[in-house]
Amino acid sequence: MLKVEHINVYYGAIHAIKDISFEVNEGEIVTLIGANGAGKSTTLQTVSGLLHSHTGSIRFMDKSLAGIPPHKVVSLGLAHVPEGRRVFLQMTVEENLEMGAFTRPNSEIYPGLEDVYQRFPRLKERRRQVAGTLSGGEQQMLAMGRALMSKPKLLMLDEPSMGLAPILVEQIFDIIKELNRAGTTILLVEQNAQMALSVAHRGYVLETGKIVTTGTGAQLLEDEAVKKAYLGG
Amino acid sequence: MGILLGILNNLIKGISLGSIYAIIALGYTMVYGIAKMLNFAHGDVIMVGAYVCFFAMGQYKLHPIVAVLLAMAVCTVLGVIIERLAYKPLRAAPSLAVLITAIGVSYFLQNSALLLWKSDTKIFPSVVGTGSFKIGELSITHVALVTVAACVVIMLALTFFTSRTKMGKAMRACSEDKGAAMLMGIDVNRTISMTFAIGSALAAVAGVLLCSAYPTLMPTTGSLPGIKAFTAAVFGGIGSIPGAMLGGILLGIIEIFAKAYISTALSDAIVFAVLIIVLLVKPSGLLGKTIREKV
Repeated sequence: MLKVEHINVYYGAIHAIKDISFEVNEGEIVTLIGANGAGKSTTLQTVSGLLHSHTGSIRFMDKSLAGIPPHKVVSLGLAHVPEGRRVFLQMTVEENLEMGAFTRPNSEIYPGLEDVYQRFPRLKERRRQVAGTLSGGEQQMLAMGRALMSKPKLLMLDEPSMGLAPILVEQIFDIIKELNRAGTTILLVEQNAQMALSVAHRGYVLETGKIVTTGTGAQLLEDEAVKKAYLGG
Repeated sequence: MGILLGILNNLIKGISLGSIYAIIALGYTMVYGIAKMLNFAHGDVIMVGAYVCFFAMGQYKLHPIVAVLLAMAVCTVLGVIIERLAYKPLRAAPSLAVLITAIGVSYFLQNSALLLWKSDTKIFPSVVGTGSFKIGELSITHVALVTVAACVVIMLALTFFTSRTKMGKAMRACSEDKGAAMLMGIDVNRTISMTFAIGSALAAVAGVLLCSAYPTLMPTTGSLPGIKAFTAAVFGGIGSIPGAMLGGILLGIIEIFAKAYISTALSDAIVFAVLIIVLLVKPSGLLGKTIREKV
């Protein structure tokens, strides 16, 4: 479904992504794990068109994403929940969700809202509140709900567990599994390697801009090097 | 009774002048909100709007309403072109570069006007005539009435636009977080163009109303009201639409009262002194929230 081949990304003189290749098949949960600064977020931003690769190719559903601006990528069925959630803090919950459906016809907004409210009842309770008044967990739900409003085929999640209490982290990961079961393919970037690998079908390990290991979630959980570096022993 | 009547008369004058500042301030504040830049050429777009209306009515004998619509259309196109040619290439540039460019565009417009329309003062015919209503001893000019009405209509329309329509909400989303807005599928460049278009159309309306009330038109006509309206936008809290309205109207009232009761010569100094005091006490302006970094 998503095929990334030999991309290189620079921030000025810094070579942030070094010749990365990976793929995500339809129906999978794939995770990119690695330490802070390994290039995980940069990779997602490159896929969604916010950053550019000088080399290689990114293909989504057999269509090259080269030169497609980020606002057009969404309508192809690729939604990106950015790091730090980035909900519109001064807009209400419902307005945030409407923005998620920006590329959809108006007739889909109402059924879309119903779907999201069913999945996240908390958001329904708070739909008239401005997003800035929500807790971190609620904001994460809103960010995910907002992305779902665009009816994505592939959902990219950047650090959904960041800054959340353990109980909320579990809740978010349950939701990720549910979404996947309901047919959404997921590309997950996480620092919480334990959680990410336990839900993922496959994973890639990034170190300073390079992919160093790959395997199924279960394999990586058992990998000695991965255990040592990312799973606390 | 005479004193009270005088105060009431000045209050009406102040609200009317303030409504013009408010309409101009809306352009400043909306553009600032979304592009995070101060468009110092905004005042000169007012002047262009007034000239277009002047020639449309005088030379081509168009109906005032048609002339105003034409002025709005010309200014809309002008605003979009200015953004495309002067500001868009600087999207990633430091804010100082954008600020200096805006000042450059302002001089460019003034000097182009000088070249095209000469420096002589044109006497602008009021678009709504020079009559006035009388309520007892109180008289309200038609211009004042139309100005305040225009201001109210614009305020209501903008509030509806930003809170109820898809593009209006997209505009708010862009002004909060452009990156996230792009990820929603919002074309940020188009949204910025649209904001310039709306602001410039409002500038044309302000230009026509300003010259109807104070009928001298020359290439520098827009510059001082432009600066004052910018002051009003900052006064009310830059980036805030209700703030621009409130700031504009208060500024107009302060200016007229300073002129009437303190000194005509000092009135502008008093206006700016009030601004300085407000900003010392409340740096984000009357209705402003947290000020974001950037000029």
